Amino acid sequence: MAELLQFIFSGLTVGAIYALVALGFTLIYNASDVVNFAQGEFVMLGGMTTVFVGLAGVPLPIAALIAVVATVAVGIALHRLAIEPARGAGPIALIMITIGASIFLRGIAQVIFDKRFHSLPSLFGSDPIRIGGATILPQSLVVLSGAGVIVILLWVFIGRTLLGKAVIATATNRSAARLVGIDTRRIVGFSFAISAAIGAVAGILITPIALTGYEVGTLLALKGFAAAMLGGMGNAIGAVVGGILLGLLEAFAAGYLSSQYKDAVAFLVILAVLFARPQGLFGRVKVDRV
Amino acid sequence: MSALFCSRLMPIAAVVMIAAVVPAFFPSAYYYRVAALVFMFALAGIGLNLLMGFAGQVSLGHAGFIGIGAYAVAVGPTHLGLPTWLSFFAGAALSAIVAFLVGRPILRLKGHYLAIATLGFGVLLSIVFTNEAKLTGGPDGMSVPRLVLFGWTARGSETWYWISAASFVIGAGLALNLIDSPSGRALRAIHDSEVAACVLGIDVAQKKLMVFVISAVYASVAGSYLAMFNGHITPEASGFLRSIELVAMVVLGGMGSIIGSLVGSGVIVVLPQALSFLHEYEHMVLGLIVMGVMIFLRGGIVPSLAVMFAGRRKW
Amino acid sequence: MRALSRFTVTTAIGLLALASAGHQASAQIKIGSVLSVTGPASFLGDPEKKTLEMYVEDINATGGVNGQKLQLIVYDDGGKANEALTFAKRLVDEDKITAMIGGSTTGSTLAMIPVFEEEQIPFISLAGAIQIIQPVRKWVFKTPHTDTMACEKIFADLKRRNLTTIAIISGADAFGKSMRDQCVAVAPKAGVTIAHEETYGASDTDMTPQLTNIKGKTGVQAVLNTGFGQGPAIVTRNYRQLDIKLPLYQSHGVASKQYISLAGPAAEGVRLPAAALLVADKLPESDKQKLVVEYYKKTYEQRSGGQPVSTFGGHAYDGLMILVEAAKRAGSWDKAKLRDEIEKTKGFIGTGGIVNMSPTDHLGLDLTAFRMLEIKNGDWTLVP
Repeated sequence: MAELLQFIFSGLTVGAIYALVALGFTLIYNASDVVNFAQGEFVMLGGMTTVFVGLAGVPLPIAALIAVVATVAVGIALHRLAIEPARGAGPIALIMITIGASIFLRGIAQVIFDKRFHSLPSLFGSDPIRIGGATILPQSLVVLSGAGVIVILLWVFIGRTLLGKAVIATATNRSAARLVGIDTRRIVGFSFAISAAIGAVAGILITPIALTGYEVGTLLALKGFAAAMLGGMGNAIGAVVGGILLGLLEAFAAGYLSSQYKDAVAFLVILAVLFARPQGLFGRVKVDRV
Repeated sequence: MSALFCSRLMPIAAVVMIAAVVPAFFPSAYYYRVAALVFMFALAGIGLNLLMGFAGQVSLGHAGFIGIGAYAVAVGPTHLGLPTWLSFFAGAALSAIVAFLVGRPILRLKGHYLAIATLGFGVLLSIVFTNEAKLTGGPDGMSVPRLVLFGWTARGSETWYWISAASFVIGAGLALNLIDSPSGRALRAIHDSEVAACVLGIDVAQKKLMVFVISAVYASVAGSYLAMFNGHITPEASGFLRSIELVAMVVLGGMGSIIGSLVGSGVIVVLPQALSFLHEYEHMVLGLIVMGVMIFLRGGIVPSLAVMFAGRRKW
Repeated sequence: MRALSRFTVTTAIGLLALASAGHQASAQIKIGSVLSVTGPASFLGDPEKKTLEMYVEDINATGGVNGQKLQLIVYDDGGKANEALTFAKRLVDEDKITAMIGGSTTGSTLAMIPVFEEEQIPFISLAGAIQIIQPVRKWVFKTPHTDTMACEKIFADLKRRNLTTIAIISGADAFGKSMRDQCVAVAPKAGVTIAHEETYGASDTDMTPQLTNIKGKTGVQAVLNTGFGQGPAIVTRNYRQLDIKLPLYQSHGVASKQYISLAGPAAEGVRLPAAALLVADKLPESDKQKLVVEYYKKTYEQRSGGQPVSTFGGHAYDGLMILVEAAKRAGSWDKAKLRDEIEKTKGFIGTGGIVNMSPTDHLGLDLTAFRMLEIKNGDWTLVP
């Protein structure tokens, strides 16, 4: 029993990380139909910037703030300089642009930062909490609650504010949104900014557990994308559920089956789910006008 | 005479001429190697282009098929005692079978879901290659015996340059043939609108599966060449990053342009070599170039240049 | 016609790109290096590159070797064997190097070996696996300790502590897997039983499931973690999180201060085999390696912008110095003479140990080159 609980805790820890990354994917996709492969780099920038600004002597909370602001600036720049000029390009071209951006950001990171791994201190200390014979780190709970808080904030924002409604309008039908006077360009840029912020916060929260380095973005983007797809692209709750489920799958596979093939098992399950439910768990069934 | 120039084999003739003439400018064997790699990856690119550019699907896991072809010519001779040429065909056959089995369920998905499913499939293959160390040598890879045909050993960058260039020409010719056939027209119809194609009586699922299998075979052949050329194979040949590189080649070169596969492959293979003097800044510049090409030449290099030089032609 | 001009343009661009790959004709001796400066093995390649650049600069500042200056040409293979092979050919065909020091990973080294064997250019590899020098190849040498030696050293320490049953948790990266294979191979001879095995992905962020399984296995007396990069640090933290009291052994892949700072208090009591370089300041004055390792440590930490010294950089240092010493003894940079002199290296004091090569041993290190270290109070200490 204690073993099962430990596997669950491990799955929740890793799953929360994937959930945060998946949320970033979802937001940008919702507003602009772009799958932003540079999302992983936002996470990396959040963690690495905090580490390096902190090393320069700045107190960590302020370093974290600076990191989020810097990453948001990068997100806005990405939209303004790379996505906007390519307006009207096909979806594959846009994905390629974000891939190019992720390569670029990784290249900058290795020059500005360094090629080693870094950590940040946990928010509530690193003594594990014991529950029922299993242990979980306080930071894992921080990451989980962080994901929850962000989902709630997003829900409030999207549902209750005018700006949020503008985002939904832009996502539903861009031309119609423009017709009613919404500046869709600014809205999309705004969604990039928010996604960058979510990514940066994710990076800062997960670094005490997962460490950070200039290359962590690639695999995180991959898993985050998979999680977002599993949950149903475009659905914030789906992103979180997808992320946590992916984490749990990996943990159970590692614990009960074979730790060698745990990634394979996770992907197999995703494939199985997609075959049975092609729109993901919570995704909207896409209705195309013929 | 003008009919010859306007025929769809024009691009093939041009490639043949370039491939024959360019080596005269190669100062050393290194250039032959780079050019051979360009042709090999371009071969895989043709297959992916058929799938993405003409049939409008997406595959983020195609390097998996490259891996199957590559490991076939490694495992066959080493563990099963098969001659290399037989392993080569076995690899292509295995890729076709795997593509057939996996293709039917996977191709029911669309858009991003198809992307993640193919990505997962590619990652799965890559994991198998990495973990089954007894068979595949694990993460360090295994050595690949040279191809021996009737007592002649295929070795050296020059030899492989001619082999891969010739294979590319043949592969391109076959692809162009396919595109102009009723099947090819059916594929393009599917790209434009699956529903309309279905209404016209095209068996959409069967056509998609067919092109998926064909593209898998192209990739497998390219993978086998790569392994035999290098004499060594590691799992990263089938990895996620390689799949992305393959997609980048097709997109950068121009989707829907067979020759674009060659150009795209040229860019992706040559750039890291050309940019090596930048050392630390290489990735930054690479990222900028990828973004720049997609923003300014958003149809891909070849189609955009084609439009620029006036007169749109399907290549 | 239009088609032709289109192609000329494309080819011209391509040729220009290739040509810009650059020739530099000069009377300098060219030393080539293909390292994994970026990518998953940048942990290895980055210190190696910095080290080679630093010391080639120093050597040239004092007049070079045999009256000739050295030119270092470094290419980054990004951790990929295919790229490594292309760069190896470039070094040989285009840059016309005299000797090669490089190959951060076993995969890229194995891919490149045929090139240097065929062109008969001395190749000093910086990778770990024993397959690089066993079977002995005429032109291939290496400086890092083999993973087999690491296993033997660890098993010897286990025996001294009367621990005979262990569990292995290995990273799925090449280093982790290779060392795990070697440990499994030498365990019977060393009288060690491997009761359970787990693996984790090189970029994984949580290994508690695997460690939970190990914890639940009865009879396990110690745990060995083979791997490098951030994996072992996370394994160590998880170890403490799960409150596993068994002795934990790491591999020489974590031989850098970074591991201690990343693993935090969890690193207390962890043992690992490492080169004397890590405990430079704790070596007794009588230790033959003390001067060399202190000098390298000081130089590296100063000129790398404050980064802690790493044994991987040390291997590059050893490789370069062995090459230079061999050149001095040979009195020329003739490749064949160079190779013969490298093979005759005896009593060379490097950061990795004291090197005594022979025609059947192209590494030249024995088990004394490895020191058993234990982490106490956040620092390395020598286990007597």
